[in-house]
Amino acid sequence: MLLKANRLRELALGPVLMLLSLASAGAAAAGDKVNQVNMAPGATEIGQSIYDLHMLIFWICVIIGALVFGVMFYSIYYHRKSRGVTPSTFHESTKVEIAWTVVPFLILIGMAVPATSTLLDIYDFDDAEMDVLITGYQWKWKYEYLDENGENVSFFSNLRTPQGEIYNTAEKGEHYLLEVDEPLVIPVDTKVRFLVTANDVIHSWWVPELAVKKDAIPGFINETWTKASVEGIYRGQCAELCGKDHGFMPVVVNVVSKDEYAGWLETKKAEAAEIRELMAQTFTLDELMTRGKAVYERNCLACHGANGEGGVGTAIAGSAIAMGDVSGHLEIGINGVPGSAMQAFGGQINDVEMAAVITYQRNAFGNNMGDLVQPIDVYNHKKG
Amino acid sequence: MGDHHHGPAKGLSRWLFTTNHKDIGTMYLWFSFSMFILGGAFAMIIRAELFQPGMQLVNPAFFNQMTTLHGLVMVFGAIMPSFVGLANWMIPMMIGAPDMALPRMNNWSFWILPPAFLILASTLFMEGGAPNFGWTFYAPLSTTYAPPSVTYFIFSIHVLGLSSIMGSINIIATVMNMRAPGMTYMKMPLFVWTWLITAFLLVAVMPVLAGAVTMMLMDIHFGTSFFSAAGGGDPVLFQHIFWFFGHPEVYIIILPAFGVVSQIIPTFARKPLFGYDSMVYATAAIAFLSFIVWAHHMYTVGMPVAGELFFMYATMLIAVPTGVKVFNWVTTMWRGAMTFETPMLFCMGFLVLFTIGGFTGLMLSIAPADFQYHDSYFVVAHFHYVMVAGAVFSMSAAVYYWLPKWCGRMYNETMGKTHFWISFVGFNITFFPQHFVGLAGMPRRIPDYALQFADFNMMSSIGAFIYGASQILFLYNVIATIVAGKPTSEAKTWEGAEGLEWTVATPAPYHTFETPPQVR
Repeated sequence: MLLKANRLRELALGPVLMLLSLASAGAAAAGDKVNQVNMAPGATEIGQSIYDLHMLIFWICVIIGALVFGVMFYSIYYHRKSRGVTPSTFHESTKVEIAWTVVPFLILIGMAVPATSTLLDIYDFDDAEMDVLITGYQWKWKYEYLDENGENVSFFSNLRTPQGEIYNTAEKGEHYLLEVDEPLVIPVDTKVRFLVTANDVIHSWWVPELAVKKDAIPGFINETWTKASVEGIYRGQCAELCGKDHGFMPVVVNVVSKDEYAGWLETKKAEAAEIRELMAQTFTLDELMTRGKAVYERNCLACHGANGEGGVGTAIAGSAIAMGDVSGHLEIGINGVPGSAMQAFGGQINDVEMAAVITYQRNAFGNNMGDLVQPIDVYNHKKG
Repeated sequence: MGDHHHGPAKGLSRWLFTTNHKDIGTMYLWFSFSMFILGGAFAMIIRAELFQPGMQLVNPAFFNQMTTLHGLVMVFGAIMPSFVGLANWMIPMMIGAPDMALPRMNNWSFWILPPAFLILASTLFMEGGAPNFGWTFYAPLSTTYAPPSVTYFIFSIHVLGLSSIMGSINIIATVMNMRAPGMTYMKMPLFVWTWLITAFLLVAVMPVLAGAVTMMLMDIHFGTSFFSAAGGGDPVLFQHIFWFFGHPEVYIIILPAFGVVSQIIPTFARKPLFGYDSMVYATAAIAFLSFIVWAHHMYTVGMPVAGELFFMYATMLIAVPTGVKVFNWVTTMWRGAMTFETPMLFCMGFLVLFTIGGFTGLMLSIAPADFQYHDSYFVVAHFHYVMVAGAVFSMSAAVYYWLPKWCGRMYNETMGKTHFWISFVGFNITFFPQHFVGLAGMPRRIPDYALQFADFNMMSSIGAFIYGASQILFLYNVIATIVAGKPTSEAKTWEGAEGLEWTVATPAPYHTFETPPQVR
């Protein structure tokens, strides 16, 4: 593993290294995140001003701390009984009390001024060049590019780290827990406005290097924005406890050139058209099983288990639903079970995926029902 | 004479039916220590799981139950009752009162606590598991998406809230009515002052917490939608209500600790507390400010900018009275004649580490910077510097300081000092690196983490095991003192100690100050 070599040395020298590296953190090379000890200025102007503010207050605290602890340790050394000193008896001084009330107050004003100006900059939502709707789900993010012509592009972004890496049966990759199947793609040097909401519980969308953290609250839409000036891949995580897999819903943002972004958007729109076409097709059992297995692993496995044995969710192997009436099975897949952890997947996966995963559940794990569900069945069920 | 100078009853009934402030204080202290061990065990499970990246010991669902119960048990079971126990023991002896003003209610305040925590702990064995939504239990995770045990959790919160309110009313009544002749308000020891103010905070905010959990109960079982947007409610409303309780709660925990430190530092500096009046005013100022800063826990929920600014400015202001306190303590040491027995060591540990926690608190108050700190390990580091190095260190100091008075035996100084140094080192190894991983982007309350955080997490876990082990030494030292410590009968254990509690015999008789002393 990539960290092992340095571990012992780091542990031994820990505290000393920490202080040294904190002092020189501003100069730390970008991208070298292992054992990072300080906030990253990141790739945005706002991030830089937050970082400056953070360092300003940090150094003010260090100076005050040095003074206070200096006096204290001087006193501990020189005013010890063992040195034969006689204690003084002074115990009040209004002048001193006023001084150490007023001086800190003035220092606070000195902090409040830059803090206020940075805050006002962050709250300036004007002139956004594009909008992305971010919706938090247990435990994934949905990104929807809002298009003036109604041709919205949307997709879900799921954790890509395999279960084997999490449960230590496979070597952990470089971006362990911080990798997704499909990242958010945004253009560089563009003010992107994010509209943040959630589908179930409260989540929080956080990318440290883009200096964005905003709670995603069901029923409400929050606003925030970023303007990245450096292309690259930025990684973050959900920051608000949102249930079992709170630690497993990363955010990955790919900041690309404006041209590349335009090309990517065209591809996504073409893909959407292709899926619309697929919806009209009829699939064989094998095709549905292959597609269904992939959909299952991405969406169902976390709760229902790798072999349909259940877990947070009920078992699928041998379940009355998977081995019962198709329409009952579709109903639960599409509309979920209100008030439980079983979400309504009808709006999260497309009809082809729904058809495939229902077929898969009915024919895998020893269920062997032998029946097929086609996209048109899903469509009809949704229509009612 | 004999009629009124009876000793304690014998056997179990002494403890079940007692109305004696010393007995009740003792029970509070032992109960809170047992909760400290339980909450500590949860913390050890958390740190063991976080020792390395990957899931090794527990699953994510159980991990969430551990973080939730660790927080609840430590805040409501360990820290709060420990200071109530201290108040029971010391306040009557400090103000020259024979007992608490409402002794039967005192018995009840204690005895409803153990059942409340039995209910809470029993949720671990229920179907669906214990509460798993964090000690802040944000809706709708704690309502629509909660395990069935949430109802038991709500009941438990109600009961322990009741206990706190009764305890506080008792303290207020005692301090206001039972001071010895001549013991004016501005002569009261600072521990009494900080507890009086704390008690008012408790009476003000515990009902708010009760309201919050009642609204949850209605949402879960009776079809209301206080916190559900689907029914016209607002999940953010929950956070406003919770933190309107939760922020004063932080001061409920730390103000009595301030009081303890203000008693102990003058004793070992052999010099009166510097700026007594300003200490009282600073405590009151902190208490007042604690009511108007709650939304600084919610900078990222999407408040309007005017709200952010108000809460930022108000929060920054807390640094002023807190600074006054720290300056006063340091000045008390200045030109004293100091010795460094265990209580003093813990107080100085408190002073250094609490001040660091105060600095990070100031950093967190800056709203734009908080957008990066919020819900990261930086916050975890911050509040453990305040809660553990603040409240728990001062509680340890208090136990060593007054233990000889309580049981008439002296603790082993070497063992006490060992306990301090292991605690101090273990604590810092645990929590200092958490500042770094937080700033580097590690969110709190996650059971597994990215590889770049691995080294500091391992360090943190090692520190936690050291800190945890040092508390076993503490327990051993206390028991060894009570059972076989060197007997002492000096009324004044410490050369520089001042106050009425040091005028009664050692060990303190079952009844003290049946005739009120004349103060000055």
